[in-house]
Amino acid sequence: MNKKLTSKDRMAIERVKMPEQDPKRRNSNFEEVNQGLTEEQAIREAQRCLLCKTRPCVAGCPVRVRIPEFIAALAEGDLPEAARILLEENTLPAVCGRVCPQETQCEKVCVRGSKGSPVAIGYLERFVADWALAHPEKLPKENKPEPTGKKVAIVGSGPAGLTIAGELARMGHAVTIFEALHDTGGVLRYGIPEFRLPKRIVDIEVERLKNLGVEIECNVVVGKTVTLEELREEFDAVFIGNGAGLPIMLNIDGENLKGVYSANEYLTRVNLMAAWREDVPTPIIHGKRVAVIGGGNTAMDAVRTSKRLGAERSIIVYRRTEVEMPARNEEIQHAKEEGIEFILLASPIEILGDENGWVKGLLCQRMKLGEPDASGRRRPVPIEGDTFVLDVDVVVNAIGTRANPLLTATAPDLKLNKWGNIETDDNGATSLPGVFAGGDIVRGGATVILAMGDGKSAAVAIDKYLNQKN
Amino acid sequence: MFEVLQNDMLAPNVHRMVIRAPRIAKARQPGQFVIVHPESGGERIPLTIGDADPQAGTITLFIQAVGASTLKIVNTPVGDSLRDIAGPLGKPTEIEKWGRVACIGGGLGTAVLYPLAKALADAGNEVTTIIGGRSKPFIILADELKTFSKELLIATEDGSLGQKGFVTNVLQELIDAPDNRPHAVFAIGPVPMMRAVAEQTRPFGIKTIVSLNPIMIDGTGMCGGCRVKVGDETKFACVDGPEFDGHLVDFGLLMDRLSMYRETEAKILSELPEELRDKIIKVKR
Ligand SMILES: Cc1cc2nc3c(=O)[nH]c(=O)nc-3n(C[C@H](O)[C@H](O)[C@H](O)COP(=O)(O)OP(=O)(O)OC[C@H]3O[C@@H](n4cnc5c(N)ncnc54)[C@H](O)[C@@H]3O)c2cc1C
Ligand SMILES: Cc1cc2nc3c(=O)[nH]c(=O)nc-3n(C[C@H](O)[C@H](O)[C@H](O)COP(=O)(O)OP(=O)(O)OC[C@H]3O[C@@H](n4cnc5c(N)ncnc54)[C@H](O)[C@@H]3O)c2cc1C
Ligand code: SF4
Ligand code: SF4
Ligand code: FES
Repeated sequence: MNKKLTSKDRMAIERVKMPEQDPKRRNSNFEEVNQGLTEEQAIREAQRCLLCKTRPCVAGCPVRVRIPEFIAALAEGDLPEAARILLEENTLPAVCGRVCPQETQCEKVCVRGSKGSPVAIGYLERFVADWALAHPEKLPKENKPEPTGKKVAIVGSGPAGLTIAGELARMGHAVTIFEALHDTGGVLRYGIPEFRLPKRIVDIEVERLKNLGVEIECNVVVGKTVTLEELREEFDAVFIGNGAGLPIMLNIDGENLKGVYSANEYLTRVNLMAAWREDVPTPIIHGKRVAVIGGGNTAMDAVRTSKRLGAERSIIVYRRTEVEMPARNEEIQHAKEEGIEFILLASPIEILGDENGWVKGLLCQRMKLGEPDASGRRRPVPIEGDTFVLDVDVVVNAIGTRANPLLTATAPDLKLNKWGNIETDDNGATSLPGVFAGGDIVRGGATVILAMGDGKSAAVAIDKYLNQKN
Repeated sequence: MFEVLQNDMLAPNVHRMVIRAPRIAKARQPGQFVIVHPESGGERIPLTIGDADPQAGTITLFIQAVGASTLKIVNTPVGDSLRDIAGPLGKPTEIEKWGRVACIGGGLGTAVLYPLAKALADAGNEVTTIIGGRSKPFIILADELKTFSKELLIATEDGSLGQKGFVTNVLQELIDAPDNRPHAVFAIGPVPMMRAVAEQTRPFGIKTIVSLNPIMIDGTGMCGGCRVKVGDETKFACVDGPEFDGHLVDFGLLMDRLSMYRETEAKILSELPEELRDKIIKVKR
C-alpha cells in the first residue's frame, strides 16, 4: 500500500508527537517519561520518510544504521525485517532510540527537516527495538559461531564494552567482561535515570550477551584486583572501555559542606543504589531547594531527579545561554515542562554554609557572552560586581568528568594524552600490542553511540589482530 | 558471590569473618580495604582487609556492627554468601624502616591496625602496640598483636584491663621517656582519638599516620563522596588514602561529613526488629 504513497502524500503527514507522561504527574515519579509510539503512529511516521537515494541520514549516524531501509520495512508493517536491519548495525537500539542526541546526528541532516520537521528517526528506532525486545521469537535465531579458541578481556561494561563483547562473541571469540561496580551497564546503569532509560532494558541487553556465551565478572577493579599486565598474560587481547569516571571538582569555597554532591555520587546513589525507593537503605539528602551546576545531559538528569525526590525548587545554574547547552533538546524541554528553573549566564563562586556545616546558599556571578572560544561557543565572561545568592540546601556539581587514572596509573607503558585519555589509532589500537580502547576513556565525556561505534570498530581490529597472531 | 567460611564474635558485636575471595586475597597488601555490598539493594560498605591467605584464597574482615548494613553483614551465617566484594582498594601502607614505632588502636581500629602493625614488625621495626577500649570485653586481638609486638600496652576507660584511661595517656609516657619515644606513630580508631594523638605528637615532630574512614560509595575515585581535606588539598580517601599524615588532616571536617546521613541512619535503625536494634545501640556511643 505504501508504494502508492507519493512524495506529496508523504510530505503532507505531520511529525508524530511522542506520547508522554503528564509533566505534573511525572515530576514526582521515576517511571519513563516517553511512553513510546503505538504501532499505528510508528507506521504513519515511517511513511513520512522520502527514502532518499542520497541517504544523508545514514551518514549522520555514527554507526551507520541503514535508516531508510529499516524505516521502509516498518512503513510496510514488516517489523521482523525492520528489526533485523536495525540490529545489524546497532546492538543497543532500545538504548540509542532513547538517549542519542538525534537532533545533532541522523535527524539533523534528514532531508525532510529542511521543509518542516525531520523524520523522527529516534522514535522509530525505539519503537522497532522495543518490539524486538518483546518478540525475541520473531527474530532470526542467532547461530552460535565456531569457537576460535581466542580469549579477549573487556574492561568495563558500559556501552563500549557491551558492544564489543557482542561483536567479538558473534565472531566466535571467548569474551570475559570485567566490571568494577556490582552491576553492569556503566553510565547506562549508574548515570542515566530510570525515567529516561528503564534499567530493565539494560538487563535484557546484558542477558542477550550472556546467552551468546559472554562471561561477566563484576567487582573486578582492573588496576587493583588484577592488573592490565595480568590480563595481557591470560588473554590474547584486551579492550579497555572504562569510561570517564572522575568528577571535575568546582574548586570553590564550601565544596566540602554537607549537601554538596558530584553528579556522579548523586546519580549513583539514586540509580545504581536505588535511593529513590522507600524500601532501600541507601541514604540521600532530599533537598528542598536544589541547585545543579552545568548544562549537559548529566545536569538535566540530576536536576530532574532532585525534583522527583521532592524538591520544591530545582534550579539549573549554567554559565552560558540555552543555545550553548550541550544537553539534548528533549531533555531541556522536558525539564522545563517539569517545572525546573533555569538560571543562565551565572557561574558559582562560593557555596555558603550554616553554622552546622550544611549548605545554605550558592553565591553566583553573573556572566555575559564574549568572544567564541576554541569550541566555537561564545566564552562567558564575568560582569564585574554583579553577584547574587541563591537560597538552596543541596548543590550538585555537574560540570563534567575526566579520565579516571586508577587503571592507567598501573600501566606506565600505555600512552596517554595530556588529559589522561588513552591514545589510540582510528581502530582503537593503543601503544601496547594487543591492547585496544574506546569510548569515553579515549574521547573524554562523549556519547553512548560514539562509545558503541568505538566498540564496533575495535572488534574488527581485534579480530584482525587475533587472526594475524595465529 | 563470596562465601562466608568462618564467623566469630570477638567482642560485643565485633566479628571476625573469613570469606572466600581468591582474586582479592592474591592482590591485597596491608592497608587496603574492600567494599562489601551484602545483597541486592543494599549499601556499599568499606571494610579493611584484616588478613589474607592467598593460598587458601580467603580474606579476613573485622567488622563492628554499628548500623543496619554492618549488622546485616555480621549476621551472615557460615555457608551463606555476601553478594559483592570489590577490592583490594586504596593505597597500601608505605612500610618503611622507622626504627621505633608506636601502633595505636582504639576500639575496632585495633583490627584495622593489626595488618599494618604486623607488616611494620616484619619490616624490622620495633613495634610498641597500644590498644584501648571502653572496658575489658571491648579489647580485641591482644594475643594476636602480642606475637610480634615488643610490648603490648592496654588502656581501658574503666580500668577493667590494663591501665585506666585513654591510649593517649599511655602514649604520653612513651613520648616522655627519651629511650622509648617513637620515631613514628600509627593511630587508627575513632576520629576524636586520632585527632588527639595527632595533636599529642605534633609538638615533638613525630611522624603520625592515621587511617581515615569517610563515607564511601564506589571506592575507585568515581564519586568524590569520600573527599577529605589534607593540608590545603582536597583528597579522595579511597584512592589517595585511606592513610594520611595526621598532622595535616582536617579532622573536624571528616567528623562533620560522617554525620551527613545521621537522620536516615536513625530512621533505618528505628525500623529494625527490636532485638537487633538493642544490640547495636548498646555498642554505639
Ligand atoms: C548522567 C549522564 C547522562 C548521560 N546522558 C547521555 C545521553 O542522553 N545520550 C548520550 O549519548 N550520552 C549520554 N551520556 C554520556 C554517555 O553515557 C557516555 O558517553 C557513555 O556511557 C560512555 O560509554 P563507555 O562505555 O565509554 O563508558 P561508561 O558508560 O562510563 O562505562 C565504563 C564502565 O567501566 C567500569 N570501570 C571503570 N573503571 C574500571 C576498572 N578499572 N576496572 C573495571 N571496570 C571499570 C565502570 O564502572 C563502568 O561500568 C551521559 C552521561 C552521564 C554521566
Ligand atoms: C577505608 C575504610 C575502612 C573501614 N574499615 C572498617 C573495618 O575494618 N571494620 C569496620 O567495622 N568498619 C570499617 N569501616 C567503617 C564502616 O565502613 C562503617 O562502619 C559502615 O559503613 C557503617 O555502615 P552501617 O550501615 O552499618 O551504619 P550506619 O548506621 O549507616 O552508619 C553508622 C556510621 O558509619 C559511617 N558510614 C555509613 N555509611 C558509610 C559508608 N558507606 N562508608 C563509610 N562509612 C559509612 C557514618 O559515620 C555513619 O554515621 C571502614 C571505613 C572506611 C572508609
Ligand atoms: S543510533 Fe542514534 S544516530 Fe544512529 S540512527 Fe539511531 S538515533 Fe540516529
Ligand atoms: S534523510 Fe530523512 S527522509 Fe531521507 S531517507 Fe533519511 S530519514 Fe528518510
Ligand atoms: S568512594 Fe567514590 S570517590 Fe572515593
